[in-house]
Amino acid sequence: MGEWPLIAGQIFNGFSVASLYVLAALGLALSFGLMRVINMAHGEMLMLGGYLAYLTLQVVPGPLGILAAMPVAFLGAAAVGAVLETTLIKRLSARPLDTLLATWGVSLILQQAARNIFGAIGVDVRAPDWLNHAYTVPSGLLEGLTIPATRLFILGVAFAVMGALSLLLARTRIGLLVRAVNQDRGMAAASGINVRAVDLSVFCLGTGIAGLAGVVLALLGPVTPNVGQSYVVPAFLVVVLGGLGSLKGTAIASLIVGLFSALVQILVDVSLAQVLLLLFVIGFIQFRPQGVVAVRSRALDA
Amino acid sequence: MDMSMRKDTPLSRPLAGITLGRPLTLSLAVVVLGALAPWLVSAYELNLLARFLAMALLAMGLVLVWGQGGVLSLGQGVFFGLGGYAIAMHMKLAALGDGELPDFMVWSGLDALPWWWVPFKSPAVALLGVVLVPGVLAALFSWAVFRRRVGGVYFALITQALALAFATLLISQQPSTGGFNGLTDFQTVMGMDLGTPGAARGLYWLTLALVVAVFLGLRVLMASRYGTLLRAIRDGENRIRFLGYDPTPFKVVAFTIGGALAGLAGALFTLHAGVVSPALVGVVPSIEMVIWVAVGGRNSLAGAIAGTLAVNLAKDGVSSAFPDLWLYALGLVFVLVVTLLPGGLAGLVTDAGGTGLGKRLQSLVVGETK
Repeated sequence: MGEWPLIAGQIFNGFSVASLYVLAALGLALSFGLMRVINMAHGEMLMLGGYLAYLTLQVVPGPLGILAAMPVAFLGAAAVGAVLETTLIKRLSARPLDTLLATWGVSLILQQAARNIFGAIGVDVRAPDWLNHAYTVPSGLLEGLTIPATRLFILGVAFAVMGALSLLLARTRIGLLVRAVNQDRGMAAASGINVRAVDLSVFCLGTGIAGLAGVVLALLGPVTPNVGQSYVVPAFLVVVLGGLGSLKGTAIASLIVGLFSALVQILVDVSLAQVLLLLFVIGFIQFRPQGVVAVRSRALDA
Repeated sequence: MDMSMRKDTPLSRPLAGITLGRPLTLSLAVVVLGALAPWLVSAYELNLLARFLAMALLAMGLVLVWGQGGVLSLGQGVFFGLGGYAIAMHMKLAALGDGELPDFMVWSGLDALPWWWVPFKSPAVALLGVVLVPGVLAALFSWAVFRRRVGGVYFALITQALALAFATLLISQQPSTGGFNGLTDFQTVMGMDLGTPGAARGLYWLTLALVVAVFLGLRVLMASRYGTLLRAIRDGENRIRFLGYDPTPFKVVAFTIGGALAGLAGALFTLHAGVVSPALVGVVPSIEMVIWVAVGGRNSLAGAIAGTLAVNLAKDGVSSAFPDLWLYALGLVFVLVVTLLPGGLAGLVTDAGGTGLGKRLQSLVVGETK
C-alpha cells in the first residue's frame, strides 16, 4: 500500500470521526446557543444510547434490530434529557458554570449506575450482516484503500440528522420559535412564546440526537460505562470552535476537529494528536475567538 | 450577564483585611492544634492530614481563581501534576550515580536521559520548577485564551481538554514518564531520608506552615485593590472595561497564582504520598478539586481548607469501605452543593449569622465582621 491510500484513508477516517463529533456536539451546541449552559452529562446520553441499542437487539435480533434501536435510543435519551432539564438545569439557568458542575455530578452517577447494571467491561453490539463488510478499492491510485460499511452508515446517519434538523429549524413552526428565542429571548417571551417550553424541547432534541449517536457508536466498539467520555471532550472543543448555537458552525467545526485529528495521526500518535488539537484550538481562537460562524448581535454580553 | 441575576454581589461587601481580636485567637488555636498533631494522631493519620493540607494549598488557589475571579478551571490537576512530577523527577535522579538511568527507563530500553529530565538533577532547579513550570504554563495558557476575550464556559471546556491531553500524554510516553504507574519509590529528598518518622513530621510542619503563609498572603491580596478589581471583573467584565481597565492581566495573574499554588500542592502531596501518577492529574481528579472548594465555600479561604479536608476524609472513609457508593455520593454532592448551597459550608455559617454564635462562627470561618 502506497502513500495515497493511507492519506485518503485518513481523510475518510476524518470525515467518519467528524460525523460522530457532529452527532455528539449538535445537542450541546443547540442548547448552549439557546440557554448558555453546557450539559456535562451529555457524554452519558451517548452511553445511554449505546446500552439501549444493546437492549433493543436482545428483544429484536436480526438484521433490522439496529434500525429499531435508533428510535428507542432517541426517545430514551430524550426522556432522560427531559428529566435532567426540568429537575436541574432549569433551576441553574442563570449560572452557567454551576450548571457545568451539577451536570458533572449527574454524569458520575449515570456512569456508576451503568457500571453496576451492565458491568465495567462493557457489552458488545454486533453490527448486522448488511453492515458487516468493507469496500476495497481494487486498482488505481488508491489501490488497497478499505472502507468499512459501518463507517459509511455513520456518515449517512450524520447527514440525515443534519438535514432533518436544518429543515426543522428553517421550515417548521417549532423551528421558527427556536430561532426567535435564539435571537432575542426577552422579545420572544414578550410576544407570547413559551420560552421555557422551547428550552425544554431543544434540550430533549439534543440529548435524543446524542442517544442516536450512541447507537452508531456501539457499532464501532464495545459500549462501556465511560464510552461517552472519550467523545464528549472533542465535542466540547467543537462547541468552542463552532460559534454560538449555529448548526453550520457546528458542522464545520466538527469537520475541522475530525480532519485535523485524523491527518495529524499520520505523523504522530494519538496522545500527541490530542495535544496538537488543543494547541490548534488555542491558536484558532487567536484569529476567530467568536467561532467559525459568528452570530451577529448588538447585545453587550452575547 | 445582568448584575441582578447574581445573588451575591461581593463588591458591596468588601472582604475585611486580617481581622484582629477573637477570630485571630481562634485561628491561632487551630494552627497550634495543627502543629501539635504529630503527637495527637497516629502516623497514618498524620500522613493523611499532611496530604489533605497539601491539597488545601491548591484549593485556596481555586478560591482566588474561581471564587474571586469567576474563572472556572477544570484543569488544575495539570498544574498539580507538573509540580508533583518536577519534585519526583529530582528524587529519582538524586538516588542515582553518574550515568545511571531510573529503573523504569532501563526496562523500557532507553539508553540516555531525555533532555527535559536533565535540569531536574539540580535541587535548585527542581525546587524552583515546582512553582515556575506550572506557573509559567498557567500564565501562557490563560493569557492566550483571555486576551481574545474567550472566557466563562469556553475556558472551562478548554481547561478540561488540557487535563485530558496531559494525562493521556503522561500515560502514552511510558519510557520517559513512567506511564500509568507514574513515578514512585523515592528514598531521599534534599539529603533527608524519607522513611523516618522525623522526616514525616518535618514535611507535615512544612506543609502546615505553607498553608498558613498562603492563607495570610491570599487574604492580603484579596483585600487589596487588586482583589477588589478581580471581583469587579467577575461581576461585570465589560463594565470594568468601560472604566478603562484591561481585565486580561488581572485574570492571568489570578490564574498564574492558582497554577503555581497547585504545583506547590502537587510537590508536597508527592512527598507525603510517595507517588505521583496520571491518575492524580486527569479530568476526573481535576474536577474533584473544584468540588472541594464548592463544598467549603468558593469565596472563603478557610472554607476551602475545611472543604478539602471534609471531602477527602469522607472519600477516604467511604471509598475504602464501599467503593461503588463513593461515586454516587460524590455525584450527589456535586448536584446538591451547587443547587442548594452555592456558598458552601462557609455560606451556611454566614446565613446562620443572625445569632450571636452564628456571628462568631461566621467571623471565624469567613473572616469578616459585619
